Amino acid sequence: MRSFAYDAPATPQEALQLVNGRADARYLGGGTNLVDLMRLGVERPARLVDVSGVLADSVESTPEGGVRIGAAVRNSELAADSRVRRHYPVLSQGLLAGASGQLRNMATVGGNLLQRTRCLYFQDISKPCNKREPGSGCPARDGINRDLAILGVSEHCIATHPSDMAVALAALNAVVCVMDHDGERRVPLDDFYRLPGDDPSRDTTLASGDLITAVELPAPSALTEHSAYRKARDRASYAFAVGAVAAAVDVQDGQVRDVRIALGAVAHKPWRARVAEEALRGRPATAAEFESAITRELEAAEPTRDNAFKIPLAARLTVAVLSGLAGVEREDER
Amino acid sequence: MTTTAERSVIGAALTRVEAVDKVTGAAHYAVEYAAEGVVYAWPVQANIARGAVTSVDAEAVRQSEGVLDILWHDNAPRLGDTGDPTLAVLQDARVHYRGQIIALIVAESSEAAREAAALLPVRYAADEHDSVLTPDHPSLYTPDQVNPSFETDTSVGDADAEFKRSEVQVDETYTTPALHNNPMEPHASTASWDGDSLTVHDSNQGGQPVRQALAKAFDVPADSVRVISSHVGGGFGSKGTPRPGVVLAAMAARVVGRPVRLAFTRQQMFALVGYRTPTVQHLRLGAYRDGRLRSISHDVVEQTSTVKEFAEQTAVISRMMYAGGHRRTTHRLARLDVPIPSWMRAPGECPGSFALESAMDELAVAAGVDPVELRIRNDPDTDPELGVPFSSRHLVECLRQGAERFGWPGRNPSPRQDQRGRWLVGTGVASSTYPVHVAPATARAAVDDDGRYTVAINATDIGTGARTALLQLAAEGLDVSPEQVTIFIGDTRLPQAGLAGGSMGLNSWGWAVTKATQALLTKLGDAGGTVPAGGLEATESTADDVKELEGGFSRHAFGAQFVEAWVDRDTGEVRVPRMVGVFAAGRIVNARTARSQFIGGMTMGMSMALHEEGVMDAAFGDYANHDLATYHIAAHADIGDIDVSWVEENDPHLGHNGTKGIGEIGIVGTAAAVANAVYHATGVRLRDLPLHLEDLLEHGGT
Repeated sequence: MRSFAYDAPATPQEALQLVNGRADARYLGGGTNLVDLMRLGVERPARLVDVSGVLADSVESTPEGGVRIGAAVRNSELAADSRVRRHYPVLSQGLLAGASGQLRNMATVGGNLLQRTRCLYFQDISKPCNKREPGSGCPARDGINRDLAILGVSEHCIATHPSDMAVALAALNAVVCVMDHDGERRVPLDDFYRLPGDDPSRDTTLASGDLITAVELPAPSALTEHSAYRKARDRASYAFAVGAVAAAVDVQDGQVRDVRIALGAVAHKPWRARVAEEALRGRPATAAEFESAITRELEAAEPTRDNAFKIPLAARLTVAVLSGLAGVEREDER
Repeated sequence: MTTTAERSVIGAALTRVEAVDKVTGAAHYAVEYAAEGVVYAWPVQANIARGAVTSVDAEAVRQSEGVLDILWHDNAPRLGDTGDPTLAVLQDARVHYRGQIIALIVAESSEAAREAAALLPVRYAADEHDSVLTPDHPSLYTPDQVNPSFETDTSVGDADAEFKRSEVQVDETYTTPALHNNPMEPHASTASWDGDSLTVHDSNQGGQPVRQALAKAFDVPADSVRVISSHVGGGFGSKGTPRPGVVLAAMAARVVGRPVRLAFTRQQMFALVGYRTPTVQHLRLGAYRDGRLRSISHDVVEQTSTVKEFAEQTAVISRMMYAGGHRRTTHRLARLDVPIPSWMRAPGECPGSFALESAMDELAVAAGVDPVELRIRNDPDTDPELGVPFSSRHLVECLRQGAERFGWPGRNPSPRQDQRGRWLVGTGVASSTYPVHVAPATARAAVDDDGRYTVAINATDIGTGARTALLQLAAEGLDVSPEQVTIFIGDTRLPQAGLAGGSMGLNSWGWAVTKATQALLTKLGDAGGTVPAGGLEATESTADDVKELEGGFSRHAFGAQFVEAWVDRDTGEVRVPRMVGVFAAGRIVNARTARSQFIGGMTMGMSMALHEEGVMDAAFGDYANHDLATYHIAAHADIGDIDVSWVEENDPHLGHNGTKGIGEIGIVGTAAAVANAVYHATGVRLRDLPLHLEDLLEHGGT
């Protein structure tokens, strides 16, 4: 029998101590992904350190006017938070687009950020995967790749990050609060995740033993209040995105004053569409401008055999969300 | 509800007899029975798709905590020939498909067995494998027959010549993917030996074939094997034949001398319990200008395994569904290095109807005839290939009533005319059918001194409500209320009966139950109407009745399905907010459980249209999306309003209780109705299932 230790520490510091320097220890949140991976044999931890009882499980206002979301807050609670719903609707919508009601009731914010790709090869230990077993190869490139990445890919990995919540957080310029033995540091979400490059085994820039304590959102603005999440998927619920967009736009006098666009299901991380954002600032808020901008962003796409459709899908989702937020009509509407 | 039940037991929406047991957990499934000293078995699956196992290093895990034994082809007991190579597990080194069981761990706990299975070092000599079905695969051959015993090819007149002469033509190819049965309860067994007597609690659709297979495999008399299946959490065909798990549980129990439990995981099921073959179907319909068919040809390519042949009867539906003087059906199989395909709900009719009913919709468009009217115009007077009358055929009534309930009349036939916000809306129709099967069965009815009735038959309730419907038939036969009768099923010690499969369970068992109850009443009458001391019993078989039934009529249930589909113009996502199904399936015994069967079939058909797809990984030879997170089935959120009703049908030629069987017809035609509705919404005809959003994005469907 494969046994493992289970610890429920009393403080975050104790949790850090328990994991300190042990590559085979894992923090446990809601367990909605980690436990699955243990059953599949992808994860074989010798020690689970349950941090759901030591991390904040509430959403607090910050002195700067934003919110600090404890890492142990459950996804369903965060989605229902009145401040989030009013000031950061993209986050509430993104959360509710994810998983199922049962999973959202269990999944924590910290755990959601750290969930692993659902690439079939990563999840099947009888097949090679550079992310799971560095150097073993990537059969996905020539294999089953419909659901996989088109942006920021490497020859070693075309996995996508599965989270809906993280895509919304990317559009909100969220900051991940990370604790280690030296204290807490703040990592912008875009720097928290990484592209696969030549080391797809690492999803994030976290060091071994780092503990996510909270996620902070900057003070709400006209931008964050005009934000939305849209997800395309293969069934109406309990399916990962085949395309997703989190966007926020501030339109004044018909001009785009500011805009943020993050794409989901296209890359190893939530993909901030900075090329498109740059192209749109100061431009008229029209569907044609939105389309032109996102098309420029997607020029960098490198699709594989079965996922080229993600390029038009991501573009259409972006145009749809921005048009809806900006209240502009589209030509094909009668 | 009660008053209805009192007026007439038959047709009443009686609640399942075992409902409370099921929701309270009192109902036990195959691996939930207590067994003294029980241990656990865990299969090890091959990591190659073709080749041989060259070594198994059992010593590497033998000392692991809790491990009792490791079985593989070198040391496993030799099994007798069961006639089904699927069950010849651990008998030789050959690997025929990825996921085949090549070793078995037996341990004190399932966790210990699972861990040892994960760590067991196995070496292989791998050969090149070929696991991908193509329409022109070099291994294509003509099987001797298709399931269960139909002619492989049939031909009436000259379908090709008549097609060429036809004013309106449809000539298209349709494909369906591998579809995987996923009953809630996995295939599971608890086996224990007492000397040469074997008792298994097993999850199956019929205990008798399991008993026979085990008796042959272990060379013991059939009557020393007892198979108990009190409650079964679904099957959808995959439990219709014995599966390797029950053989392995019995084998392990014999080797370690303790009771053994074995339950497949969801992931293991995708390789081990059968699945519906992918199909490539070439349909040619030739018609007069008014849509009346002149020629139908339906040519099918599908796959089978190298272990044993399984020939899905995909084109059989085109032999009887519509009129037309010239017709041809063919089946060709590619023998591939793939898991063994097997039975899945409405084998043949389900995939075949997708092609036929899609082609009929294309013909309606080409001929400019309303799709409902087209089907009515082609409704045959007699079975068009056999030339015999239908015992009853109320397809036209189903179409007309369904059209009315759905709001079909006045439909604008032109596609892409209904846009609502960002959605394109369309409607579609398809016909359904399923043959009426019946198998011999024996039932016993008894009454005791206290006037308490019991009815016993080795029927299997796989969740359909069969136990309850049989109780209703028994009460009817005895002319008492259901409360006065106790029914016993799911045990090979009871009088023998056939499968819960082929939609024939109630037809077969119900006939025997009715016969036995009537015989009991006769005996009771002979006894002067008073139960003598010691009670009375009567056992009746329908073996002769079933034999006499053959010939003379073509017996089928029919139905019509209507679907409204919405297509998102931004994403190509398809939603189905409502479906209407009307069925003519003989006498309906229990309104509640019958409705559930129809709704379940339609839901599964919609799921097939939009979601379900076993994705073959060509490089590795397995269905790679082998769990319910990645093999999508419809979620609750995908299902809108499903309106089910039935046409009263009194068929005097069925020879029994007038039931036709309702377990499968609901899935037949649904996928075509969805695809037809998507065509009507978008103007894009999709001929490959499932309907992916990218197919609509890339073909101008948004």
